Amino acid sequence: MAKTKKFLYVNRKAPYGTIYALESLEVVLIGAAFEQDVALAFVDDGVFQLAKGQNTDGIGVKNFSPTFRALGDYDVQKLFVERESLEERGLSEADLIEVVYEDEDDDWAEKSAIHVVGRAEIADIMADADVVLSF
Amino acid sequence: MSTLHTVNKSPFATQALLSCLNHAKAGDAVLMIEDGVYGGLSGTGMSEIVTEFGKAVTLYILAPDAAARGIGTNRLIDGVEGVDYTGFVELVAKHDRTQSWL
Amino acid sequence: MAYEVNGQTVECDEEGYITNLSEWSKELGEIIAKAEDLEMDDDRWEVVNFLRSYYEEYQIAPAVRVLIKAAKKSMGPEKGNNKYMYELFPYGPAKQACKIAGLPKPTGCV
Repeated sequence: MAKTKKFLYVNRKAPYGTIYALESLEVVLIGAAFEQDVALAFVDDGVFQLAKGQNTDGIGVKNFSPTFRALGDYDVQKLFVERESLEERGLSEADLIEVVYEDEDDDWAEKSAIHVVGRAEIADIMADADVVLSF
Repeated sequence: MSTLHTVNKSPFATQALLSCLNHAKAGDAVLMIEDGVYGGLSGTGMSEIVTEFGKAVTLYILAPDAAARGIGTNRLIDGVEGVDYTGFVELVAKHDRTQSWL
Repeated sequence: MAYEVNGQTVECDEEGYITNLSEWSKELGEIIAKAEDLEMDDDRWEVVNFLRSYYEEYQIAPAVRVLIKAAKKSMGPEKGNNKYMYELFPYGPAKQACKIAGLPKPTGCV
């Protein structure tokens, strides 16, 4: 089998105003079939994608925020959220939805896939990726 | 004579809201719609400046767009008023012109 | 294309997935299954109902390997495996069962 590559999906757009956020999520779900090392980064307005309490009944658009919670089933276990982006937007980790996965190497213990990290660490994660997909 | 301004971009992504507020006249109304609703959030890097401009213009937010994005009314800057689609139409009718900041 | 249920027409796409998810009923599920040459029984309904509740929670029709993994967790290993699922739905458990369940084509089906 070919060497596993590190894929990083960089999400910088708010949900619903443009199609980028939904398209990114669909590509992540489709790409998950290739069993690569996948991580998602949420920076700038991308952090709004993970906001709790989204209700799209009034705008006639599908609310896709629950789908992020299925990522664990797709073996996507790393969602990095930039702390500075949250703070600039008056948000904290408590305002985000919960995304968990079951850790195969730790007796299937349920763990949070969301990691709030600083800008410098996001930069390192970007520099460490083999493939960066931008949305 | 007054103008209804609509802003549909996030204030963290473009200068649309800032430019709108800088050009709006006292007595105008600014309605934040679509991704523009993030401009109504309190406790952000933009809240102070939006609050300041809110003394001269009336600030509105389109409630269905805010709800879609998980923005509860408790998270809004003081003085920002939520309107539904009917309220949007009433604002358009009430002002002499509508200007979109895209 | 469309299905007929009690004189009512339910639109579907060229592959047989219904267009409007809210038009689904158990009866329609039976009719779609017939069109797929399948007879619905308790075992098939168990999978279809599982898919519907997965969609309800996550707003997504899972890819087949995700379906099997999740089914293993909720229905046990004797049902959550490829052999069992393909016996029930020979043309692919995710594709066929999703169609019967009135869900969109699974995301991540490549």
